[in-house]
Amino acid sequence: MSDELIQRVIKVIATTKRIPVEPVTIDSSFEQLGIDSMDAVEILFALENEFDVSIPDDEVRSVRGIRQLCEGVDRLLSAKSAGGKAPE
Amino acid sequence: MRRVAITGMGAISALGRNTAEFAQALAEGRSGIAPIESTSTVQMRFQNGAEVKGYCHTPYFEDRRADFMDRFAQFAVIAAREAVADAGVQFTPELRETAAIVTGSCVGGQSTEDIGFQEVYKHARNRVHPLTIPKTMANAGASHISMEFGITGPSFTISTACSSAAHAIGQAYWMLRSGVTDLAITGGSEAPFSFGILKAWEAMRVVSPDTCRPFSKDRHGMILGEGAAMLVLEPLEAARARGARIHAEIVGFGMSADAGHITQPSAEGAARAMRSALRDASLAPEQIAYINAHGTATAANDPTETAAIRAVFGAHADRLAISSTKSMHGHALGASAALECVATALALRDGLLPPTANYSQPDPECDLDVIPNQARAAQVEYALSNSFAFGGLNAVLALRAV
Repeated sequence: MSDELIQRVIKVIATTKRIPVEPVTIDSSFEQLGIDSMDAVEILFALENEFDVSIPDDEVRSVRGIRQLCEGVDRLLSAKSAGGKAPE
Repeated sequence: MRRVAITGMGAISALGRNTAEFAQALAEGRSGIAPIESTSTVQMRFQNGAEVKGYCHTPYFEDRRADFMDRFAQFAVIAAREAVADAGVQFTPELRETAAIVTGSCVGGQSTEDIGFQEVYKHARNRVHPLTIPKTMANAGASHISMEFGITGPSFTISTACSSAAHAIGQAYWMLRSGVTDLAITGGSEAPFSFGILKAWEAMRVVSPDTCRPFSKDRHGMILGEGAAMLVLEPLEAARARGARIHAEIVGFGMSADAGHITQPSAEGAARAMRSALRDASLAPEQIAYINAHGTATAANDPTETAAIRAVFGAHADRLAISSTKSMHGHALGASAALECVATALALRDGLLPPTANYSQPDPECDLDVIPNQARAAQVEYALSNSFAFGGLNAVLALRAV
């Protein structure tokens, strides 16, 4: 997982939630950032647009923090570049 | 204040084209959830819905009349016709002038709008069909019911998302009770199966990929539904005097706003609506025996509703029978509360409580008696029907067996 990917994910979160980038780190939890379920759905929508991936519902049910989000996006991007279809 | 009777009921839904078919499916615990046929779901994360299968405006409407009506308005009139026939109402000129119509709808004719706007956005045409506006407006259901029966009294539509029909029935009930009108046709209708609307629901990530399992540990969200249900309400004494069949009595109505989050439900808000309905009906919590739950099967609703019921009913919560009939007729948004009010009236009338279908695993966060999978014979005197909308606008009806 590249640092560039992490920074892009963090930027998407900060932009969507309309908060500064600084307090958002790879170790932040949704709870710490005040991200509720509707915020999370909006962030997923923004990430899908940013990375041109489709994030399945069952992949996101257990996501509670930024690290899990980054890992999920990384996994979907690897699947995409390997030519495989992202799991629906 | 006058007592208010339900003397007519009509329902069209995934469970059938009339109230008898609706009642039969509820009694059998049979779900109307199936692969969506109205629009393509190829690029959709969900494929299932609770549609009125194989619906066509014939034999209900002549082609030229149907041209003026979105599917949701057609459903409204079909249900109203059944309710009026069921009530055996004879419209006199005086009754036509004073009768009220109060309907609920969440999205109105947005399917018409969705298709119409494709003309300019997708097909680069320069015009949209001229009936797009009158077919789309959420009050079209009420308007077409008024034209159907020549009713010229107070008629309007309430749009409070998933509570629309409960707010509508509640207003009609209060109008009858206070003597503003002597007859009301009230309920809700919805037909949300268009590609754009389904994509919008998909984006919220609250729709289940398989089926609707309210209060079950393995629930994965709601299933959208469509249809309409309408009631005919009359003053109880007048209904008795003319020898009308009385299905049930409406005895209370309560409302509240969460004033919290635009989508996250609040147990306090839900509890306040239930308490308000009990107060309006002058009922003690212990008098309620059955609750037709909002029960959407989303991660958030079911535990929140459970907590709200426990807050209102205390130890009596463990003696309540509760079910979500959305497991069978789906979440028909602005029509849901009307379908559920009919389900509640049927339960009181027939002594048969409808089950929560598709239930498979107990959830410690939803630890109530949810009548899993099998209808239950029980003569119940008082019941509630809960509706808790997106936007935090809650409405609860209280019904009594007659």
